[in-house]
Amino acid sequence: MGRFKNKKQTGVQKINTSSLPDIIFMLLFFFMVATTMRETTLLVTITEPDATEVQKLEKKELVSYVYIGPPPRNRQVMLGSEPRIQLNDAFAEPREIQRFVYTEREALSEAQRQLMTISLKIDKNTRMGIVSDVKHELRQANALRINYNTRIGDDRRQ
Amino acid sequence: MARRAIQEINAGSMADIAFLLLIFFLVTTTMDVDRGIARRLPPPVEDEPIEVRERNTFVVLVNHADRLLVGKQTDLRPMDISQLRAAAKDFLSIHHDDPQYPEVEEEYIDGLGEVWVSKGVISLQNDRGTSYDMYIQVQNELTAAVRELRDEMARRHFGVRFGQLRDETAARAIQRAIPVSISEAEPQTIGDR
Repeated sequence: MGRFKNKKQTGVQKINTSSLPDIIFMLLFFFMVATTMRETTLLVTITEPDATEVQKLEKKELVSYVYIGPPPRNRQVMLGSEPRIQLNDAFAEPREIQRFVYTEREALSEAQRQLMTISLKIDKNTRMGIVSDVKHELRQANALRINYNTRIGDDRRQ
Repeated sequence: MARRAIQEINAGSMADIAFLLLIFFLVTTTMDVDRGIARRLPPPVEDEPIEVRERNTFVVLVNHADRLLVGKQTDLRPMDISQLRAAAKDFLSIHHDDPQYPEVEEEYIDGLGEVWVSKGVISLQNDRGTSYDMYIQVQNELTAAVRELRDEMARRHFGVRFGQLRDETAARAIQRAIPVSISEAEPQTIGDR
């Protein structure tokens, strides 16, 4: 068995890093495929409620977002703590929703307009008053397919 | 040897370049998949209010303190959210000639044949002060009730759960037999916080 001991210890061995780029590229491709580009900067903080009966939203190009939630804590001195509506990159009033819907609908092709979905991302501590106003405006704008964005939660009945 | 050895390109910085790209994508993209409860709002122009008989409506009221009143219009009782799913399911299931339950109607549906369809409608009304969290919980429970009924029917007819139906016509038939019949009234303005 002595022949194994013949090897001389020659300091720290260099690790071969030639496959490191490949590994990083693999990670890179994974993230490119699995994630989507951020479109808007959120001006409101949103903790979505949990639900179990959720469906995945397919076809992202057909989806427009309405965000409702309180401004972040460090800006509440200026903006107040009441939930605000955010459309695209700015705060909005309920009456601006109709115009928003029309603009978003214009961007779609004729065939896709029927399938346009409004995804409502709403903070769970919001009161229903503002949500009802938004829903009323959406009805007026004839944007009837909506989606209440939620996280997947456990069954809370237990 | 006539051929010159091909020069090797130094690939040592390749990892750094890839790292840069990786970090760029990590920062600019999000991973969240959009999930949620899908609903269809009623069209803006209400036709004459459809008369729904008292027997066919199941009323769910949510007040500003997130408490529930559930039952027939004339017989509303407080209920915990944990019982709502079972109550809604019970209401929407088919009961022949029982005045306690909504009317049923026999209908021919492609792929299922003659089936009994309940005429029951769930009427959901919330206060302007109800929290969104509670509203979603209620919607979730009502959706779950419909989904469970559909699962049962899909098992009976096709042997699989509704979500696993691959056949479009079968799925559409089940949807017609058990529609999501939730009607939402305009919220009351009292108790606004």
